[in-house]
Amino acid sequence: MTQLLWNGLFVGSFYALVALGYTMVYGIIRLLNFAHGDLYMLGAFVGFGVLSVAGGLATGLGFVALLIVMVIAMLVTGTAGLVLERVAYRPLRGAPRLSVLITAVGASFALEYGMRLAAGPNPEVYPVRLAGDPVNLLGARITVQQASLILIAILLMAGLQWLVMGTETGRAMRAISQDPTAALYMGINVDAVIARTFFIGSALAGAAGVMAGGYYGKIDFLMGFIIGLKAFTAAVIGGIGNIKGAMLGGLALGLLESFGTAWVGGQWRDVFAFGFLIVFLTLRPTGILGERVTERV
Amino acid sequence: MSDAAGRWALEIDGLDVHYGRVHALRGLTLTVGEGEIIALLGNNGAGKTSTLATVSGVVRSTGGTVRAFGRDITKAKPWEIVGAGLVHVPEGRRIFSRLTVHENLQLGGYLVSDKTVVSRRIDEVYTLLPRLAERRNQHGGNLSGGEQQMLAVGRALVAKPKLLMLDEPSMGLAPLVVAQIMKLIRQINADGTSVLLVEQNARAALKIAHRAYVVENGVITLQGPARELARDSRVVEAYLGA
Repeated sequence: MTQLLWNGLFVGSFYALVALGYTMVYGIIRLLNFAHGDLYMLGAFVGFGVLSVAGGLATGLGFVALLIVMVIAMLVTGTAGLVLERVAYRPLRGAPRLSVLITAVGASFALEYGMRLAAGPNPEVYPVRLAGDPVNLLGARITVQQASLILIAILLMAGLQWLVMGTETGRAMRAISQDPTAALYMGINVDAVIARTFFIGSALAGAAGVMAGGYYGKIDFLMGFIIGLKAFTAAVIGGIGNIKGAMLGGLALGLLESFGTAWVGGQWRDVFAFGFLIVFLTLRPTGILGERVTERV
Repeated sequence: MSDAAGRWALEIDGLDVHYGRVHALRGLTLTVGEGEIIALLGNNGAGKTSTLATVSGVVRSTGGTVRAFGRDITKAKPWEIVGAGLVHVPEGRRIFSRLTVHENLQLGGYLVSDKTVVSRRIDEVYTLLPRLAERRNQHGGNLSGGEQQMLAVGRALVAKPKLLMLDEPSMGLAPLVVAQIMKLIRQINADGTSVLLVEQNARAALKIAHRAYVVENGVITLQGPARELARDSRVVEAYLGA
C-alpha cells in the first residue's frame, strides 16, 4: 500500500514537472504546446549524451553526476524552448488558434524525427541507474536516490511557485496571461516575458527527462509523446493555466495510475489516465483549481 | 500652455492608421504642450482610441509622425514609449482583475529598476487615494467601477508619467465619481504632468481642459481653447446636447 503511494508520487512528480511547462505556456499565450513532451525527450537524450561522453567519470560519481547532467540538460532544453518559440510560435502570434496548434504538432514531429536522425531509432540504455540499496520506509521499499529525486522535483516546483508569485517577472507573467495589451501599457516587454516562460517551462521538462532516464533506464525518441499527453491530462485535471493545479494534477494522475494498475492490472494504466481526462472534461472542464473564465466587461 | 521655446509634450502630425481596409485615422494632427490638459472629443468610432493606441505603439501607423518631448517615437516599441514617460490609462480601465490592488500598482512601476522608488511612489498613491490603501490586498476585480478607475490612474502614476493619456476615464461612472476623477486629473496636472484626455463626456472634459480638439471620421474638425469650444454652437449641438 505505501509502496503504491511512493510509486504514484514518484511518477506523479515527473508528470507534474512536465505539466507545469504545459500549463505555463497555455496560461500566458493560450497555446497547447504539443511539442512540450518532446522537450522532455530532448532532456533525456542530452543527459544521455553528456553521461556517455563523460564516461567512467560520471558512473563513478553516480547520483552527483546525474544532478550536474540535469542542470546541463535544463539549460539545453530551456534554450530549445526559446528557439521553438522564436521560430515556430512568435511569427504566428495573433494568427487563428488552429494554425498555431497545427504548428505545435509539426514542431513535435520535427523534434521527434530530428532526434531519430541524430541518435537512431533504437532505444538507448541510460549509463547511470538509480539502483542503490532500498531502505524500508513505512513498509515500502525505496532508494535514497528515488527519495532525493522526489525532493528535487518538489524544490523545483517550490522555486517556480516563488518565481511566479513573488518576483517581478512572475507578476508580469500573470499580467500577460490576463490581458496582454494592458501589459504593454505597463511597459512590459511582452515578447521577452513570453520567451522567459518558454525557457523555464522547457527547462523543467528537461529536468524531468533526465530523471526519467535515470529511473526507467531506457530512452527512445518517441518517449515524449505519451508523457506529453499524460502531462496535458494532468494539467487539465488540475485546471489548465493554473500552476498549483498542474502540480496537483500531476501527483493526482500518478497516484491514480499507481493504485488503478495495482487493482486491475498494468495494461489498464493509460486507459486510467485518459479515462480520467474524459471524465474531467465532461464533469469539470475547468479542473480542480481552474477558475471559471468570465468575460471582461 | 507651451512656453516661448515651443516645448511640446506631444506632436502628432498627419497620422494615418488603417485596420485592414478601414481607414481609421486620416491625417490626424494635434499637439499637447508641456503642462497642458488637452481634451480630445468625439463620438464612438471617430478615432479617439486609435489615436491613443497609436501614440502608445500598440497600433502601428501607416503614415505621419509622432514626436514626444522632441523625440520621434513613431516606430518605438510600447515599452520604449512608457520608458519615455508617456503612460496610457486604457479605455475600460483594463486593471488586472485577478491580481491584488498592490500588485497592480507594482506593475505600474515595472520599468523602474529601483524598487525602493516604486514602493515610495505606491505610498504616495495610497496617500492620494486612500480607498486603494484600504483595499490593497483585494483582487482588482472586486473593486467598484470608480475604485477601478482610481486604481488605473494610480497605476499609471507609479510610472511617474511626463504625459498622461487617459481614454474615457468617466465611462460608466456616476456623476459624483466623474467629478472626483476630473478633480484628480486636474491635481495631477497641477503637479506638472501634461495630460491628453480622450472623452465622450465633453461637458466634464471641457471643464478641466486648457484646449480641446474634436475628431470626426479620423480627422480633427474643430480645435481651440476649451472655454471657446464649450460655447461653440457646433460643439454644443453635437456633444453637449444643448
